[in-house]
Parts: sequence; structure tokens; C-alpha cells
Amino acid sequence: MKYLQDIGSYFLMLKKVFGSFTKSSVLKHLILKEINDLIIGSLGIVAFISFFVGGVVAIQTALNMNNPLIPKSLIGFATRQSVILEFAPTFISIIMAGKVGSFITSSIGSMRVTEQIDALEVMGINSLNYLVFPKIVALMFYPFVIVIAMFLGILGGWVAGVYGGFSSSTAFISGLQDSFIPYQLFYAFFKTFVFAFILATVPSWQGFYMKGGALEVGKASTNSFVWTSVLIIAANYIITQLLLS
Amino acid sequence: MIKVEDVHKSLGGEEILKGITTEFERGKTNLIIGQSGSGKTVFLKCLIGLFKPEQGRIYYEDKAIQDMDDDLQRKLREEIGMLFQGGALFDSMNIEENVMFPLRMFTKQNKTDMLARVNEVLKRVNLENVNKKFPAEISGGMQKRVSIARAIVNKPKYLFCDEPNSGLDPKTATLIDTLIQEITHEYNITTIVVTHDMNSVMEIGEKVVLLKHGKLVWQGTNQEIFKTDNEDVTNFVYSSDLFKKIREVQLKEE
Repeated sequence: MKYLQDIGSYFLMLKKVFGSFTKSSVLKHLILKEINDLIIGSLGIVAFISFFVGGVVAIQTALNMNNPLIPKSLIGFATRQSVILEFAPTFISIIMAGKVGSFITSSIGSMRVTEQIDALEVMGINSLNYLVFPKIVALMFYPFVIVIAMFLGILGGWVAGVYGGFSSSTAFISGLQDSFIPYQLFYAFFKTFVFAFILATVPSWQGFYMKGGALEVGKASTNSFVWTSVLIIAANYIITQLLLS
Repeated sequence: MIKVEDVHKSLGGEEILKGITTEFERGKTNLIIGQSGSGKTVFLKCLIGLFKPEQGRIYYEDKAIQDMDDDLQRKLREEIGMLFQGGALFDSMNIEENVMFPLRMFTKQNKTDMLARVNEVLKRVNLENVNKKFPAEISGGMQKRVSIARAIVNKPKYLFCDEPNSGLDPKTATLIDTLIQEITHEYNITTIVVTHDMNSVMEIGEKVVLLKHGKLVWQGTNQEIFKTDNEDVTNFVYSSDLFKKIREVQLKEE
């Protein structure tokens, strides 16, 4: 019963987010601030993880190729497929659920605890539009992060494959270009947009409707990570089933 | 003026407010007092529209808040200034941005005019050279003064204060009380202060409303509160040792 209430409350929140807009000059400033906090601020960790995980994918593929009949270009092919289809959109989104999601929940939750949200409401401001809408807009730039993750993941695979002595550069690049299906990019970016929406709204919901004090802010941040991850994984399965099968 | 008629409010199945009827006059500091759990804050939240009463009506001048559509309620809230218990300053903004916030949201003034008004109100609350500091960098008393400055910057008609003295030393508490009263008279606004501080009652209570278990049990001025025989008032007022001793001295003198 509580889950049904929570789902209802989440959709009611979404309705309020898109109602009675904040003054555009203020909103523009808020969106730029959120882009800086949520997108630019995440580039470092995303770049680091993407490069090294791409490298690991290439090494693992190479080490599991025992049959001499399998061409070395498969290392590049497997790296591309893993990075573009799953690692960049899904794995990075799970990491972002921890980094960005808990940041959103704790910042909105702290505002709830210290009556800053009440202050907005008393002033006649639609606090959900003021706090959540800029985050949704900012996270629509999230696919740019995923593009960087894809590029660095493949670059990491190339570096590990070539400099680790597992493949030649020509074979790796040949594998990268082999059987490329552009539709798979559409699939990857479509689910990236869905994950971006989940990343902006689920942690906001957790923070906005939390009750209690500092301890509950911590609990809400943990719940936020768990539920955002669960929804990303579930959405990933449904989208994959619908678009690829 | 704010008029309240038979307001009832329940939370979590428990009736918190049990039919409150009173009036708060313009140009006066109206105090709502009572023990913890008496329903003061719930009553305040009903007055400012954060809670909707199940029964009863609240009139701002002649208009009932219940009859206002969302736009009218939003306009009314632009005329309300609120001082929260913890200050409720926005952590991510410096003092200047905090005070300027209502002007940015609701006026079309240019930045120079807004800045002039911000400096004017900061000076009014005796704060200068703090514009670029963040809330975490100033004391609790200063945060309360910044919060008052933010509440009055857009020249409100109504000022609500939720326990403005909590967590402050007696001297700073008196300073905040005096400031609230001076601003009330200066701007001729309707001020409602929720408190359980008897010093505030003595200093600024031009009208005092006592709540007990969600009911209004007494109302009068700060002069009358020490003369009344109402048992609920005497139980509340003389619950502290200091006031008990004052009472004993008064009785001996009489």
C-alpha cells in the first residue's frame, strides 16, 4: 500500500514540477548552476572510470580468446559493443545515481529540514518547479557525459589492447568498425535520456518528501541511491526488450 | 487585519486545533503563546496557508483564504514576510542574495535599485558589511536579523515570526523582539509572533493569545496577562521559578 502511495506521490510531484513556472531570469541562472554542479562536476569521475573500465573490458576479452581461429579484431569489436550498449549508458548511470543522486537528495533534504522549502512556499514560489525543474533541464545534457564515457571507454580499450600487447592497433580499429549498426547508438542515447530523467526526479522526490532531521537526510540519500539504481536497471531491461529484441 | 473563525485542524488522525476564533490587528505585535504541543506552530501554518484547516475560515482583511484561487493565494503570499525558527536562510546564497531573493522573484527592479533596498533593510536591522558572507559564517542572532531583513525587503503587509528567540541569549533575544516591534509600528503591518518566551510577552505583547491543547483559552494584552485570575494563564505564566518569585513579591506588596 505504501509503495502505491509513493508512486502516486511521485507522479503528483511531476505534475507540480511542470506547473506555475519560476521567473525565467531566475530559472536561467538556476539551470546554469545545476549544469555546473551535476554535469561538469561529474566529468572527472566519469572520465577516470570510463577509461579504466574500457581497458579492463579489452584485457578480459583478450584473455578469454583461447581459440587461434578467433581474429584479434574481436577485442575492438567486444570493447565497442560493451562500452556503447551497456557500460557507458547503464554502468555510468548507476555511478551517477550514487554521485549526483545522493547530492540531489541530501541538498533538497537539508533544505526541507532547515525550513528553506517552507520559506519558498510561504513566499508563494512553486518550490518543486524552483528546485526540480532546473535539475531535469540540466540532466538533459547528460548524453554529452555519456558520449565522453563512450569515447574514453573505447580509448582505454585501445590503449590496454595495443600497449598491453594483446592486439595491433590496426586489428583493434578494424574490430571497432566491424558490423557497426547505427540503430544501436539510437538505443543507447534513448535509454540515456530515460536514465537522466530518473536521475533528476527520483532523488528529488526522496529529498523533497523526507521527514525528520539530519539522520533521515542520510537515510533518504541511501534510499535514493537504491531506488534510482533499481529503476535504472528495470528501465534498462524494458527498453532493451522493446528496442532490441 | 487577520480574522480567524472556528479553525479546526487534524494531523495524523489527531485533532490539533479545536475551533480557534480570534482577530489580529494591524500595526500591533500579536503573540500566540502556549506550551509545547499546544498547537501554536500548526495554527501559524494554517494562518500562512501551509496547512489547510478542515473547518473554519481565515480572513486577510475581508477576503477568506479558502475562497482564493491559486493565483490570489500566490499574490497574498507575496505580501507575507516570514521569520522562521532557524532563520531558513538559503545556504547556497550569500547574505545579499538571500535578502534580495524576494525582490528578484516578485519585482522588475534593476540590480542597482534592488541592491540599494537590500542595503537599506540590512542597515535597518543593524547589519552592515556582511553582504558577501554566507549564512554559515555569521552568528545565530545575525541570521535572525538577516531573516527579518529578507522578510521586510518587499514591504509586506503581514509579518509572521515562529519562535524568533529560540536559541538566542537573553540580550540578543530582547534585541530581536524590539526590532520586530519597531518594524511592526514603522511599516504599520500585522505581525504575529509564535513564542513561549515570557520575556517576549512582557516586552512586545500588544495582544496575547494563549493556546492550550489546541483551544484558545485566553486573550488580552501583556498588561492584563499578569492581572487575570484565569487558571490556564497563571499556570503557564508562573511555571518558571523567576516568575513565581515575581508573583510572590507582587502578592506580598498587595
